[in-house]
Amino acid sequence: MKKHDTPMLDQLQDGPWPSFISGIKRLRDEHPEQRINEMTNDLLGQLQHSYETRKGYWKGGTLSVYGYGGGIIPRFSEVGDKFPKSREFHTLRIQPPAGNFYSTDILRRFADDWEKYGSGLVTFHGQTGNIMFIGADSESTQGFFDEVNEYGWDLGGAGPCVRTGMSCVGSARCEQSCCNEHKIHRLLMNNFTDDVHRPALPYKFKFKVSGCPNDCVNSIERADFAVIGTWRDDMKVEQEEVKAAVAKKGRKYIIDNVITRCPTKALSLNDDDTLDVDNRNCVRCMHCLNVMPKALSPGDDKGITLLVGGKRTLKIGDLFGTVVVPFMKLDTEEDYEGLVELAENMIDFFAENALEHERTGEMIERIGLVNFLEGVGIEVDPNMLDHPRTCSYVRMDSWDEEAEKWFARKQAAG
Amino acid sequence: MEHRPPIESGCPDGFQYMHPTMLKNFGQWKYHEDIQPGVLKHVAKSGDAVCTVKAGTQRILDLFTLRKLCDIGDQYGDGYVRFTTRSNIEYMVNDEAKVGPLVEALEKEGFVVGGTRNSVAMLSHTQGWLHCDIPGTDASGVVKSMMDELIGEFKSWEMPNRVHITTSCCQINCGGQGDIAINVQHTKPPKINHNLVANVCERPSVVARCPVAAIRPAMINGKPSLEVDEKKCICCGACYPPCPPMQINDPEHSKLSIWVGGNHSNARSNPSFQKLVASGIPNNPPRWPEATAIVKKILEVYKEDARDWERINDWIDRIGWPRFFELTELPFTKFHIDNWRGSRKSLNASTYIRF
Repeated sequence: MKKHDTPMLDQLQDGPWPSFISGIKRLRDEHPEQRINEMTNDLLGQLQHSYETRKGYWKGGTLSVYGYGGGIIPRFSEVGDKFPKSREFHTLRIQPPAGNFYSTDILRRFADDWEKYGSGLVTFHGQTGNIMFIGADSESTQGFFDEVNEYGWDLGGAGPCVRTGMSCVGSARCEQSCCNEHKIHRLLMNNFTDDVHRPALPYKFKFKVSGCPNDCVNSIERADFAVIGTWRDDMKVEQEEVKAAVAKKGRKYIIDNVITRCPTKALSLNDDDTLDVDNRNCVRCMHCLNVMPKALSPGDDKGITLLVGGKRTLKIGDLFGTVVVPFMKLDTEEDYEGLVELAENMIDFFAENALEHERTGEMIERIGLVNFLEGVGIEVDPNMLDHPRTCSYVRMDSWDEEAEKWFARKQAAG
Repeated sequence: MEHRPPIESGCPDGFQYMHPTMLKNFGQWKYHEDIQPGVLKHVAKSGDAVCTVKAGTQRILDLFTLRKLCDIGDQYGDGYVRFTTRSNIEYMVNDEAKVGPLVEALEKEGFVVGGTRNSVAMLSHTQGWLHCDIPGTDASGVVKSMMDELIGEFKSWEMPNRVHITTSCCQINCGGQGDIAINVQHTKPPKINHNLVANVCERPSVVARCPVAAIRPAMINGKPSLEVDEKKCICCGACYPPCPPMQINDPEHSKLSIWVGGNHSNARSNPSFQKLVASGIPNNPPRWPEATAIVKKILEVYKEDARDWERINDWIDRIGWPRFFELTELPFTKFHIDNWRGSRKSLNASTYIRF
């Protein structure tokens, strides 16, 4: 095998951070399997070519495993004549468990199977949240999938479909978690396996679950359906720990870094160095809990807030998610069924009403939040807004009926 | 040929791969401490504790590296790991005494322990020239180059608050929001290969994809194709994925731009999107020194001027944009003033001016 010269890539082997180029070269130079040596050699050749010409040379296509329509990112080289052994270099997207937990045993099993079929390159995880097994030819994708599928792993989403979910470490290790991310994530994803595997929606639909408003998986900015843990009773304050923090860090530090940073001015330091919390005006931003994790904790009456319609740039610009359910308990199986039902209603509505290649947030922008809410059966709530309408150019003939509905709902809620 | 029907098992049950102490104390954690950079100790209400060692890797893992990470986990850890959203590996161990040897073993093999609390976290990145079909630049190479220079900040706690940096190889920006984002910015309309359009592209979909309605069907040299109104075109590249003959990437004119102040957390203020601060930066492999220099300058000023716990967006909210441009010595241009839909909300409608 003639090794490609890679003078530009070689420069990425210097420096203290681990080098992906050194890793690919190990596969080229040290792996016992000739197929892997040749494939990674041509991959390096093509990448060097990209570095020299400042252009990419992969093209997509259509490829899946038997019975599915998606889950694989097909890549065919435009310069395959020069680099024939990596001419087909597809990625299999495999769904991780919620929170991305693995035993070393399962990682070794992946390694052993991937070695039989693929390039030997893998990423934990791609930006959508999948394990990315990078680099298999068209024939090998089925073989690798069959192996891992036998022991409990399945393809994720690719294309206009329900995409692989993401959730934070959550209740498994974090004191701030207010929900069972793992159960929510798995329940939602596995209710929509058909929509994951057979792309038939107007465009992608993403679920993300964060255990608290720190939103470590960026759900408000990236998910069509963002589930975020929160609580509605008083936050817990260990006053002795507050005093200890003041004693350790100083009164000025606590005032400057905790009290005055509260976005709703709900905190006050008492003369005896205990903390006063105006819980009615706390918006659960998490800042004070982050600074003082020993002293402050979420309350006991936990649940979730649901935001809908976050996405990145294409096509109308970045959009944040919008609150559509301010608070929802997730204690009983019925509660969880209610969440799944909401997701079903939204995906059904999205499937019927979104334009081709339009995300949920863009659809809401086009049709207005009220039409979306009516379509999915959610009542309006002032928590959905920053502020009410400012322009008087609006038709409001049924004001009295709508006002009645509000009073009736309030009465029903007690 | 006989095909094996798939088992549609979907998302696997993660509890089977979870460290037993985490499983036992699921939902019952009390607080955590940061023992040293890259090391967390979580204490449960039961009194149980679990220590976590976080390490940065090259993200594009080869089998040798993956097995090495497993070997370290078996020899020095408890055999349980997880990966963070920024692709760091985390080892969980019961016994705090295991932390020292585990950190040492990771560092000996070249992995970088850190990325917790007020550090510069691992850059989150996309696929780039290695695997994407529409990239204007590489991703792994940019990240490797920058992390080589920012490694000291990854391993320490010297920033005012955590810094999330992201990179994206096209203007779809799948790298996500970041305190600092380095993204491709095209500056020329697509170059169209009219011989291929009719066969390769579904023309109505391509027309519909354009955010500014600059594309229309046309007969070019007797062939059905598409034409672009270059005065209207914003050079975003949205037409390129559904229509590869509309090549947007240009070795010379596809530049990098830098955006700051994206923050996904609700802490202190609402989540925020990143804002443009610099553009026209050469896409310069294999090390992209010009982009790295600007990132380092922004970090240096932020480190010097921001208060504890201020993320970059919090800091700029306090000091204002004029001072940001003054301190970072970046030029302020007409391109910083937004003209997209809803843009008037980004203009100053008050007399709040810092003198």
